[in-house]
Amino acid sequence: MSVINPDQINAERLAGLRRGAVRSPADPTLGDGSLVDDPAQTAPLVLNNRSFHDITEIVAGYSEKAPGFWWFHALGFAATVASIAQIMILYLIITGVGVWGLNNQVDWAWDITNFVFWIGIGHAGTLISAILCLLKQQWRTAVNRAAEAMTIFAVICAGIFPGIHVGRVWFAWMLFPIPNSNVIWPNFRSPLLWDVFAVSTYATVSLLFWYMGMIPDFATFRDRAHLRLRQNKSRLVELRLPVPLPLPTIKLPWRGDLVRAYFFGFLSLGWRMSGRHWYRYEKAYLILAGISTPLVLSVHSIVSFDFATSILPGWHTTIFPPYFVAGAVFGGFAMVLLLMIPLRALLPNFADLLTLRHLENMAKILLVTGTMVGFAYSMEFFIAWYGGNTFEWDAFIYNRVTPSWVSERGAPYWWAYWAMISCNVISPQIFWFKKMRRSPLAIWIVGFFVTIGMWFERFVIIVTSLHRAFLPGEWGMFFPTPVDILTFVGSCGVFLTLFLLFIRFFPIFPISEIKNVIPGASPHDYHDHDHHDAHDADAHHHKGHVEEAH
Amino acid sequence: MAQTVYKTESGVNVFGMLAEFANPHTLTEGAKKVRDAGFRKWDTHAPFPVHEMEESMGIVGKAIAPMMFVIGCAAIVGAGGGFLMQYLINVDYEIIVQGKPTYEAWEPFVPVTFELGILFTAFGSLLSMFAFNGLPRHHHPLFNSDNFLRCTDDAFFISIEAADGKFDPDQTRRLLEEAGAIHIELVEDPEGSA
Repeated sequence: MSVINPDQINAERLAGLRRGAVRSPADPTLGDGSLVDDPAQTAPLVLNNRSFHDITEIVAGYSEKAPGFWWFHALGFAATVASIAQIMILYLIITGVGVWGLNNQVDWAWDITNFVFWIGIGHAGTLISAILCLLKQQWRTAVNRAAEAMTIFAVICAGIFPGIHVGRVWFAWMLFPIPNSNVIWPNFRSPLLWDVFAVSTYATVSLLFWYMGMIPDFATFRDRAHLRLRQNKSRLVELRLPVPLPLPTIKLPWRGDLVRAYFFGFLSLGWRMSGRHWYRYEKAYLILAGISTPLVLSVHSIVSFDFATSILPGWHTTIFPPYFVAGAVFGGFAMVLLLMIPLRALLPNFADLLTLRHLENMAKILLVTGTMVGFAYSMEFFIAWYGGNTFEWDAFIYNRVTPSWVSERGAPYWWAYWAMISCNVISPQIFWFKKMRRSPLAIWIVGFFVTIGMWFERFVIIVTSLHRAFLPGEWGMFFPTPVDILTFVGSCGVFLTLFLLFIRFFPIFPISEIKNVIPGASPHDYHDHDHHDAHDADAHHHKGHVEEAH
Repeated sequence: MAQTVYKTESGVNVFGMLAEFANPHTLTEGAKKVRDAGFRKWDTHAPFPVHEMEESMGIVGKAIAPMMFVIGCAAIVGAGGGFLMQYLINVDYEIIVQGKPTYEAWEPFVPVTFELGILFTAFGSLLSMFAFNGLPRHHHPLFNSDNFLRCTDDAFFISIEAADGKFDPDQTRRLLEEAGAIHIELVEDPEGSA
């Protein structure tokens, strides 16, 4: 047998006889090598001893190489679903909000549920990029770029719903403080107007933060394209068929690298990795992180004021701001995991940058925030009882918890409440087991349940509180129409389409930030006596072509 | 004082000297030598912000103080302007909510004041970072060097401009060699007027 023992390959690499990174021998208790339980030892953030050049190659490769067929299929599906949303919105605008299931009693339903759901998902992105940045949690580099992108796309989806639920959308501009012919100004004492400012500020600041982080990576993409153009290595754009058929590929008369060089060149603003620039950049980035942290807390607090400042039992609770923020982080992390775990399997080398340790950390955050949300749920009951308000007590006990088949006073929406509890509070509890929080499949399944549960949480808060107000004469039910359902499904398509385009064209990982956290990045990693030894071994193999100083 | 203009043999203006270093450690040590030699128009280039490079370059504080001032002003303008906007709008069109006094009950104005303060600070940080860094600048003589383009990948450089008063083709090259450079080249500036 001519099979080479992996240890032999490693030995040859160590001895410099074979090119490539030295791989650590597999230890089953360490999973992929990142699950180090010894607190004296730092878990590697990037596996397989990747050099600076490897990281550039991996991340730029996702954008430069043609994607697998799965990408075309996924994009086709997502774009089709997204187009359903466009049709439904058009139908709504032409016909009026009567096409939804809203009625006199339940006058906010899926529209606001979807709004709060999407805006909540956005919050994990800012949390990962801002709060973990301030706390110097270096593991954030594995997911922060994708999570920031997710924030922008989720806020776009969220923005659709308040925009169209105003009924006469052509009056939506009256939300802004613009003088009009009736000399009427908006009411700055209304939480709904605070919402306009909070959400639009949040969308803008998230976009700036995302863009600022990408500037050095755009420069990397630009220079790679430029180098290929200068060395005449670039090829014409080929139109690929979405299915593997033996047909000739169509070549377009321009080079992909030329488009890349212009596009990324424009966006990177001529960034040249200058030490003076980096200094200001890092400080400005830190300020953005510092102001994004109170911003993200304020946005969901203000969203919760929409409910908390009313006098409706079930909405009128002071715990709403922190409870909404915890829920937003919870739901957002679930969505990050829902998107990143499949990518880990689909994209080459992705698992080197997003290790099991990263997944385990995020599973722990799901457990913590899920339990915080569970605590908030129970606290609502405590205050309803302790506050002695009959209406509030009835709203929680009979309108939410008690099934209609147990008691006559039970509400028809009991199943929504219990779906929320089982998905949000019970399902993350499996992460008390180490084995579960280290299994990507288990984490993905819980993430899926949490996403459903968080949608139900908003539905429970909004619809079950509205459907039975103070007088039995005001009681009613809400039933979604197909337009309600398809608009929400379509918004998921919008989100997925944008995300698929992002992973195809943009840097999915923060290249410069990852380079900054791997061994060899700090000047203190080198000692004068050994800087030509093993330490540099993998930095050397791509330095081979550098000519002698002349 | 008239600047000395250096030209290559083919008569093209010289932008400066570009020295490559092997790793962040030698780059840091090299930067300290260039700093101590008293150069002003020089820079380091690394694919990521090298730890404590600002100290090795001797630019701590100096480089960011004006930027911080601008960001602080942006925050004050945003928050102050936000509050003033709401106040003046209530002067123009008074909305009495829950029978509370129009101006003395200022608390409901806090959220929008806060959000606008954040919005302006964010724009202030990004735009002042660009402004003080002299960006956007899509053309730079350094981009003429193919070798330099690798600094966005895995290469580390120090560039010294010929416009610096202390620049001298031979001595500067010797300094960079002593500082540990593994490759040194002259960068041309065909469009340069200096």
